[in-house]
Amino acid sequence: MANIKFTKDHEWIRIEGETATVGITDYAQQQLGDVVFVELPDVGKGLERGKDAAVVESVKAASEVFAPVDGQVTEINKLLQDQPDTVNSDPQGEGWFFRIKLADIAQLDALMTEAEYNNMIQELG
Amino acid sequence: MTDSEQLKTTPLDALHRELGAKMVPFGGYAMPVQYPAGILTEHLHTRKAAGLFDVSHMGQVRLVGDGAIAAIERLVPGDIQALGPGRIRYTMLTNGTGGIIDDLMIARREGELGLVVNAGTKFGDIEHLNAHLPKDVKLVHETERALLALQGPAAATVLERHMPGIGKTPFMTETGGTLAGVPITLTRSGYTGEDGFELSIPAERAADIARLLLAEAEVKPIGLGARDSLRLEAGLCLHGHDIDDTITPIEADLIWTISKRRRAEGGFIGDTVIRKQITEGPAKRRVGIQPEGRAPAREGTDIQIGGKTVGRITSGGFGPSADRPVAMGYVDAAHAAIGTAVELIVRGKALPARIVTMPFVPHSYFKA
Repeated sequence: MANIKFTKDHEWIRIEGETATVGITDYAQQQLGDVVFVELPDVGKGLERGKDAAVVESVKAASEVFAPVDGQVTEINKLLQDQPDTVNSDPQGEGWFFRIKLADIAQLDALMTEAEYNNMIQELG
Repeated sequence: MTDSEQLKTTPLDALHRELGAKMVPFGGYAMPVQYPAGILTEHLHTRKAAGLFDVSHMGQVRLVGDGAIAAIERLVPGDIQALGPGRIRYTMLTNGTGGIIDDLMIARREGELGLVVNAGTKFGDIEHLNAHLPKDVKLVHETERALLALQGPAAATVLERHMPGIGKTPFMTETGGTLAGVPITLTRSGYTGEDGFELSIPAERAADIARLLLAEAEVKPIGLGARDSLRLEAGLCLHGHDIDDTITPIEADLIWTISKRRRAEGGFIGDTVIRKQITEGPAKRRVGIQPEGRAPAREGTDIQIGGKTVGRITSGGFGPSADRPVAMGYVDAAHAAIGTAVELIVRGKALPARIVTMPFVPHSYFKA
């Protein structure tokens, strides 16, 4: 069964065994507005927890997307090159950013559960 | 000015909040950056139908007295003597080095001039004007007036329903009239590249008129986010970004605003520098920049040729109507030719781009 976790920076990570899929949350896409460009990491790149992993650009501004955990990029979502607005229409589905091979599964314990994340965004108002 | 308690509000503040606007600080005011529709939708709606913008944060100033024309010509390079009654002109207040203190609209009225200046610069502008105006010219800051812009191809149709005949108002002229029983002043102008009007309204009636216009099927409220992308696609400068007190009108490619007479005679602050640049050409020049890929290049992006910096982007983003990234900025005059290939350094990567003519989207101003 898929297990999904969240970061305080509004990324989600869905764990599927030793790999995981990463994207931004519905709350994040609402805050950004219309996404017009997504810059994804190269396949094979090593990502470090909390460091830049991707960039998402709206009409108004560019925002960094951080790696939720350490890992190596195994796949990127090519759909976002032609249809970046998929991030707005289906942020936690078709609008995923990249997949990584997890370096240290224990790092997932530090992330928020869906309930914890929902509480956090409620407090943000 | 980050503390929202220090921000001033416009007469439409309550309406913006009621419409669900996201409010941000701009020029000392709490302003709507977007409504729930979002910047992209608001932008496209303005080009397709009509958008209503609150621009009440801008300064409305009257210079009253017969000496007003001669006095203002000492402060701007624009030809105000040649401006017929009821006509308006885009020009700029310049400093001693030819830099642009602010860009503004000047309307010629009976016995006075009407100025519209930028929000963030208005108090500085007023100080500058007061320091240079002769005693017989009185400056009146119209703080009790709101300013609304109705922009887009349906703007005239909409306004015609409430002000019959208004659709015939020529581009860049000012006229008076009555809207919903309220006496207003309006100009056929704007800053989106579209046909449209700017309406100067007594502050206490501004919300009523905004509601009246928003009740029209073609009209949607538009925030500052779309105002910025619209003016960028139209190739128009934003003060504090594309022009400032270190940039001259010649460098900014605004030479078209200076008439033959004013070029020949000078007689305005900064004329020595500006006239020299007209003769010899400026060292750098404002140009349009078209990134070849899909990645937007933002303000501050380095412009290079063969690894060497030749300029910098001053406004850049995604153009919703152009449906691709668009930008403007300054490059060394030697590299300003249309078609020149350049590289934009975005997050450490050199992205290919070209110097292009502006606007990115053709202007659709009213032609009588």
